[in-house]
Amino acid sequence: MALYARHEVLPAAEDGFSDFHVAVLARRGSGRAKCVFQMDGFEPFTPLAINEAFAFFEWGLNWCVTSHCHRWITLHAAVLERDGRAVLLPAPPGSGKSTFCAALMMDGWRLLSDEMVLLDPQTLQVTPSSRPISLKNRSIDLMKTRAPEARFGPMAHDTLKGTVCHMAISDESLEKAQLPAAPAWVVFPRYQPGTGLSVVPRGKASALAELFSNCFNHQVHGRDGFRALVRLTEQVKTFDLAYDDLDGALGWMAAQVELP
Amino acid sequence: MNGLAGLEPLLQTLKPGADLGALGEREWDLVVRLGRASDLLARIGQRAEAHQAPVPARVAVHLQSASLLAERQHRELALELRVIDQVFVEAGIPVVVLKGAAYALAGLDAADGRMVSDIDLMVPPELLPQAESALMMAGWISANRDAYDQRYYRTWMHEIPPMRHISRGTVIDLHHNILPPTGRIKLDAGRLMEAALPLPSFAGLRVLAPVDMLLHSAAHLTHEGELDTGLRGVVDLDALVREFSQDGSYFDRLLHRAVELNLGLPLFQALRLTRHVMSTPLPSGWLEQLAQASGFHAQSTRQAWLERCWEAAVLPRHPLLTNRLAPVARSVLYLRGHWLRMPPGLLLRHLSRKAMRAVFVSGADREKT
Repeated sequence: MALYARHEVLPAAEDGFSDFHVAVLARRGSGRAKCVFQMDGFEPFTPLAINEAFAFFEWGLNWCVTSHCHRWITLHAAVLERDGRAVLLPAPPGSGKSTFCAALMMDGWRLLSDEMVLLDPQTLQVTPSSRPISLKNRSIDLMKTRAPEARFGPMAHDTLKGTVCHMAISDESLEKAQLPAAPAWVVFPRYQPGTGLSVVPRGKASALAELFSNCFNHQVHGRDGFRALVRLTEQVKTFDLAYDDLDGALGWMAAQVELP
Repeated sequence: MNGLAGLEPLLQTLKPGADLGALGEREWDLVVRLGRASDLLARIGQRAEAHQAPVPARVAVHLQSASLLAERQHRELALELRVIDQVFVEAGIPVVVLKGAAYALAGLDAADGRMVSDIDLMVPPELLPQAESALMMAGWISANRDAYDQRYYRTWMHEIPPMRHISRGTVIDLHHNILPPTGRIKLDAGRLMEAALPLPSFAGLRVLAPVDMLLHSAAHLTHEGELDTGLRGVVDLDALVREFSQDGSYFDRLLHRAVELNLGLPLFQALRLTRHVMSTPLPSGWLEQLAQASGFHAQSTRQAWLERCWEAAVLPRHPLLTNRLAPVARSVLYLRGHWLRMPPGLLLRHLSRKAMRAVFVSGADREKT
C-alpha cells in the first residue's frame, strides 16, 4: 500500500507486542460486495461497501485509539510542529481543517496527526500517530494539484462523508514519528470564501470550552484532565483564523514561527 | 490453542504474587488481547501499578488506559451510591448492595481494577413497588419497553428489568432475591437481608455478610445462563475466597451457611471451577465435607460434564481461543440456566416465544437493509 510504503515493518506479529490486531476483510453475502473491520475478531461497525475498505481501515484504527488509548487525553484536532513548537487545529467538519493541515505539511510543517491529538495529561506533550491524512471531496483534487509528488490512496466514493481519499504523510514527519512536541498555538481555522485573511485572538475561556468539547475522553480523566486542558490553554496563543486563500493562511502561520 | 491452556498467560498475571516483570513482549501481547476480551485488563493494570512492575512502555500505555477507565467507573459509582443511599433512606426502605458495587463499598480486593457497569441492589420483595417508585422519582426509569420482557422479569425473575438514569445513564438492577423465586432452589432472601452489614459512611446502604457475599457470587455464576463475563466471575470468587479466608473460621462458617440456605451444590460447583482455573487455595477435604453435609455426591458423571461445560464457557470470546466445545457448552448452560429458573412447561413456552421473536426480528432487519 503506497500510503504506508515507508513505514517501519515490525517483526512478525508472533514475536512481539502490537497495540492492536486489526483486519479489514471482504464479506460475501447477497447484494453488493462488502467489507468488515475487525479488532481481535470483534466487529464494532456494520459492514461497508468494498470500495471503502482502505478508508474503513483508517476509521477503524481511529476507533481503536479513541476506545483504548485513555492514557492520553484525546482531542479531535489536527496537530503539526515546526521548530519544536506545535499547533493544534480543532475544527468542525467542513471547515477545511484537513486541507489546511495537508497544505501545512507540504509547506514544511511536521505532521503529528490530522485527526487525533494524544496529549499527555502531565507533561502536555503531544505524541505523534503518524498516519495518512484523510481528504474529502474538493480538497482531494486541490491537494493532488498542489502536491503532485505526494502519494495518494484509492478514492472511496459515496461514503457517509462524501468522497474520501488518503494522502501519505511526509517523509520528514515519518522520520520523527517517535518525537513528541509541546503545543505553542491553538488555531481554529475556517475556510470562508470572499473574506480575505482574518485573524482574531480567541479568548482563553472560549478556547478552553472549544477544546473541551473536542475532547473524546474528558470523562475518563475527570478533574485532572480538565486542569490539564486549563494549563494547556494558558500556555498557548489562541486565534481564530478565517481565510479564502490557502497561501495567505500558510504565510501567516510561517510568520508566527518567526515570533518568539 | 485450546481451552484453558491458551488462557494461561492471562491467568498467571491475575494470580497473587504474579511476577509481571518477567513477561516478555510476546506474552504481553496475549495478555492485553485476552484481558480486553474478558474485561480484566484494568485489574492487571492496577496490579502492575501496585507492584511497580517493570512493564515495557508500549504495554504500559494499554494497562494505564484500562486502569483509568476502571477508576472513572469507581468514581462515578461512589457518587451514584451517595444518591441511592439518600433515596432509600428517605423512602424508609432497607437496601443491600450486591456484586461489584458491594465489593467496592466493602473495600475488598475483588474491587481492585474491577469494571462495574451496573449497580445491583436488593430490597425485600414486599417493598419492591415502593423501591421502584422511589428510584423512578430520582430519575431511573425502566429501559425496556417490551411488554413480554416486562412480564417475564416481573413474574419469573428475581430482579426487575434494568433501570437507566434519564440524564446520567447509570443502570440499576433492582433485585428482590438472589435466585428466581420459581427456581429449583427456594431461598428466603429475608435471611440474607437480616445478616447484611451496615457501612460506616452510609446511613442506609448495607452489603451482604462475607459468607453470604461468596454464596451469592457462587449462585450467580452457576445459575447464570449467559457467561460472557464468566471469567471475571471466577476471578471475583478467587479474590473473595483468598481475602475472607484470612479469618481462620471462615470455611467452617461458610459450610454451615451453605447447608442452612440450601446453597451447598452451587457453592461446590463454583469453587471447584474457581480452584481449577485460579488455583484458589481451599482446605483439603473441605469440598467433600461440603458435599456430604449438603447430601450430594462429590463425584458424579453429570457433575464432571457440567464442569467441562463451565471451563469451556468461561473462556473469553477471542479468535486466539479456538475451542470447538465452547459454542456447545454455552448453549447447554443457557438452557440449563433457564431450566433452573422455571418449571418445564413454562420454559418451553418462554423459549419458543424467544425463538419466534428472533426469527421475526431478524426478518424485519433484513427488510430494512
